[in-house]
Amino acid sequence: MLLMGAVAYDPKVVTIWSRFREWLTARGLPFDFVLYSNYERQVEDLIEGRVHLAWNSPLAWVRARRLAGRRGPEVRPLLMRDTDRDLTSLIVVRDASPYTSVADLKGETVAVGALDSPQSALIPLSYLRGQGVVPGEDVSVRRFDVGVGLHGDDIGGERRAAAALAAGEVAAACLIDANHLLFARENVLPPGGTRVLAQTAPYDHCNMTVAGSAPAALVDRFAELLLSMSFADPEVRPLLELEGLKAWVEGRDTGYDALEAAVDEAGFYDASGRITADDYTP
Amino acid sequence: MSDRAYAVVDLGALGFEEGAHILLNRALARIPPGAELAVTGTDPALEVHLAVWCREAGHRWTPREHGATGPVRGRVTRGRADADRWAGAERAGGPGPGEVVRRPSPSWGLAARGALVEPGGPGLAADLDDRDIVWADLAPKLYAHAASAQWDPATAVAWDSEVSLPDEVEKAVVQVMTYLVENEQAALVVPARLLARVHPHFREVLQLLAVQAADEARHVEVFTRRALLRGGEMGTSSAGGRSSLASLLAEPDFSLASFLLSVLGEGSFLSLLSFLDRHAPDPVTRQVARLARQDEARHVAFGVAHLEHRAALDPHLRSRLRAAVERRHDALRDTAGLNADVFDALVILAAGAWTPQAIAEGHRRVRNLHAEMDEGRRRRLARLGFPPDEAAELSALHTRNFM
Repeated sequence: MLLMGAVAYDPKVVTIWSRFREWLTARGLPFDFVLYSNYERQVEDLIEGRVHLAWNSPLAWVRARRLAGRRGPEVRPLLMRDTDRDLTSLIVVRDASPYTSVADLKGETVAVGALDSPQSALIPLSYLRGQGVVPGEDVSVRRFDVGVGLHGDDIGGERRAAAALAAGEVAAACLIDANHLLFARENVLPPGGTRVLAQTAPYDHCNMTVAGSAPAALVDRFAELLLSMSFADPEVRPLLELEGLKAWVEGRDTGYDALEAAVDEAGFYDASGRITADDYTP
Repeated sequence: MSDRAYAVVDLGALGFEEGAHILLNRALARIPPGAELAVTGTDPALEVHLAVWCREAGHRWTPREHGATGPVRGRVTRGRADADRWAGAERAGGPGPGEVVRRPSPSWGLAARGALVEPGGPGLAADLDDRDIVWADLAPKLYAHAASAQWDPATAVAWDSEVSLPDEVEKAVVQVMTYLVENEQAALVVPARLLARVHPHFREVLQLLAVQAADEARHVEVFTRRALLRGGEMGTSSAGGRSSLASLLAEPDFSLASFLLSVLGEGSFLSLLSFLDRHAPDPVTRQVARLARQDEARHVAFGVAHLEHRAALDPHLRSRLRAAVERRHDALRDTAGLNADVFDALVILAAGAWTPQAIAEGHRRVRNLHAEMDEGRRRRLARLGFPPDEAAELSALHTRNFM
């Protein structure tokens, strides 16, 4: 039996993985999943060998890699969604504001999502540092801690950051690129009323992390089956749509450098994967 | 870069927050998967949003190279997702009634007839999914007629007409109305139940059944309103009458239910409503009977048309119809049939006075009504291909409750 962990950041996760399980077992793969309330416990269980695979956020991948180096066998990113590659974060300002570069934000307040959100806190704050604007010193950071422990999968914090920008409470908001468009469509942001002040370099998002101790034949079959899922197959298409992808692709570990750096800068985890962020209680 | 592009789309100042994807989709639809589309436009967020949109839509986005100039902001390589989604799609027949297919797929579900249906949707539990079981070529025409012939219970009847009948006559009217309401309620439930089982592909049949149910709903209303017009109480409901109606509701087969309800039951009611139109003692009762009769005539026409259609295809249909009549007769053998109060009320209305001679005349008229009902049933049975002796035999087996 191949056992996968997934974080229940939304009720639809139950539907998604129940249907995947049904589909996989119908193809002869003994597969089950365990739901977690937060990524930290999921990663710890992966490393302890209580699950073979974990559907990990990018931050959970970073921690899994660090923990594995210290405590257990290697981990690797087995698979990703096509939509997990080459995402960016944006620093957005109101269109009418005077800022033309991130340096102009000095002395102002920047809104971010939850402290453990790679896309709307860790990576964009690291970007600001890279541009010589130190969060907490050069700019104040207003954080919206919604769904802490879910690594930003709950976009409530990001939405509130955007709303704070729209309301004029902050000078800028940090968002993942897709949410900039989404929030305009939802009228959280006035359409056409904001401007992208800066965009980070592309990075990768979730991956299916496999522990080295997992049964290799089952893992191979799991990967083979998922990679075979075709958007043209009417039975599979609803599953892919629920999970937000058109195709599964091979995993890669080349898109996490920005997050690794951000984690170090923020003192979020230490080099061996211990949680070191003061105010982080998943 | 632009010389490699297959086509170009200019979005002008239009951004993705304002619907740029519509122009983009239009341009992408004109090139095959794998081909490139160069994108020009002036929206400052264009490149950011294009990348997001392409990622979500399954296309590949290549931004312009760093330092490159010119109007082209980047290129979209068309993905396969859209083509894949519609790869196995099929048309749900054609939109016109002449394009109805014999066996619509359950997976077409609630899709409009003639729509392009994406595969993979939920199946619809519509067990009446065979054209030959539910269809009648007359259905579209009957529906059009039914829709145009709807009337408003509030205004179609002159409710404020003078109605001052002697109490016993008024009581007879109320009894007949009470009986009619009971029967119309059965006639409402039967098509409504069938409606829920018919595949929506047979749209005109659904529409017709819906209007039929709506007709009956109006009849329930006007008969009730007439019964209560003088402020009295409703009449009686007999166990035998309700048994008869319950046996109608128990018939699951579309054609048999339609036969028992529309051809035999509502067919008999045409005679009853004509009788009331002739003999009712006040204008309101005459009017509600006449209005209901117009609708019932249409229901009978659909029932007959449908069964003619089926009989032409199914040589065994007649023996099944016969069996259904016999079954219902046997089930009701030990019940009292028509409510005795209703029978007497009809006699009183047809008598018009309380003299022995008038009552005898009323009684004769009700017997004539029975004969008219019988004759009408035999005529309709003959249209369905029953020889005269068999039609007479079956008509005689029809429930004494009329419906």
